[in-house]
Amino acid sequence: MRSLHATGHALADEATQLRVLRDLGLHTFGSKLATHGLDPLMPTGIDIFQVNVGYMCNQTCKHCHVDAGPDRKEIMTRETMVQCLRALAASDIRTVDITGGAPEMNPHFRWFVEEIRKLGRHVMVRCNLTILTVNPKYRELPRFYAEHGVEVVSSLPYYQAAQTDRQRGDGVFEASIEALLMLNEVGYGQPGTGLHLNLVYNPFGAFLPAAQDRLEADFKKALADKHGIVFNSLFVITNMPISRYLEFLIVSDNLESYMQKLVNAYNPAAAEGVMCRNTISVGWDGRLYDCDFNQMLGMELESGVPRHISEFDVAALAARRIRVDQHCFGCTAGSGSSCGGATV
Amino acid sequence: MYYQPSDLGKFGNISEFEPNLAKKFFDWYGDVFKEGALTEREKSLIALAVAHAVQCPYCIDAYTSDTFEKGANEAQMMEAVHVAAAIRGGASLVHGVMMMNKAKKLSM
Repeated sequence: MRSLHATGHALADEATQLRVLRDLGLHTFGSKLATHGLDPLMPTGIDIFQVNVGYMCNQTCKHCHVDAGPDRKEIMTRETMVQCLRALAASDIRTVDITGGAPEMNPHFRWFVEEIRKLGRHVMVRCNLTILTVNPKYRELPRFYAEHGVEVVSSLPYYQAAQTDRQRGDGVFEASIEALLMLNEVGYGQPGTGLHLNLVYNPFGAFLPAAQDRLEADFKKALADKHGIVFNSLFVITNMPISRYLEFLIVSDNLESYMQKLVNAYNPAAAEGVMCRNTISVGWDGRLYDCDFNQMLGMELESGVPRHISEFDVAALAARRIRVDQHCFGCTAGSGSSCGGATV
Repeated sequence: MYYQPSDLGKFGNISEFEPNLAKKFFDWYGDVFKEGALTEREKSLIALAVAHAVQCPYCIDAYTSDTFEKGANEAQMMEAVHVAAAIRGGASLVHGVMMMNKAKKLSM
């Protein structure tokens, strides 16, 4: 499977994606926020510095909001990473969330993690698991992660192979199990080690996720009983109606009903806790965004505030107005959705 | 067309002709599906099975989504449908005893 960008698909164009969602004629996200005084949406601070180090990935998942894949060449340079480190050093942001693509495929990845840790900041890496199994170079990563106290956050859409492979590709479940065992072996997910291994569930179709605590219990039992795997927490995430998941919704004739479902499930409490209120997202080229989703939609920060990592200014960014559009309903449905799971 | 998928979303409109009874129904319905002695997932799977027993397209539509959203998987959903089918099939077959009783009574 190739990325939408590589095939020249119409939905590779960010403006087209936004137009498709707006043309459905549903309640606007801004009007929903306004009903309980959240419009304009403002940050509560900047606690999480999320860096997308490139869109290249060894997988081409059907729901990927990044449209990542082996054919994507966008990758963060060492110079941009240096700018990120300067920005971090000048701030008191405690958590750095490294994502991609498969972030490990960036040639400067390990150096970047080491430098962030030297600054004393907590590092989370969004690891797709299978990357740990593809060649000897990556097989060393669990030990590297453990040595640097990295929190590993990994997608596993279900505790069974069929559902996982349908979404992420043939053989992904089996390779993911192998990778989880590798992580467990160096202490990840094991009581008392302090090495956190969190899994991410997202629905394998056009429906909302189940309750996080219920699914976590299912995952823990199934993975322990069948594979002897342990992990800390399950983050439940709603699929965002953009990029490849948007394509799936259109092709399967689920777009209107899915969007209506998101709008109907709008939860003001979830809106209060959306992740863009305490996160800043850095793109592979150093541009700044309110979140990784806005990054993929080319929605740069509002004009008048720093828009590139070289101009990073916490005070100015914390006072910005967050840009929203119809895709934002994906973060406010039901129990809410963020990179850390449910928000309510 | 007698069945329109979009009509499912208009279920609440039944209150237009008789609001008091509709309110009682929807309040009761909501309470029925809350977590209790049975989990929400178990109730959803029962609803999916019953939807097949009563052959209600709206209910099959609604509870296929709902069981997914309660964390069930396809195998569990199909097992629930088989339970409904087994009871329906068994209900026919068990009447075979009645037929046999009558046949034996009639026969020499």
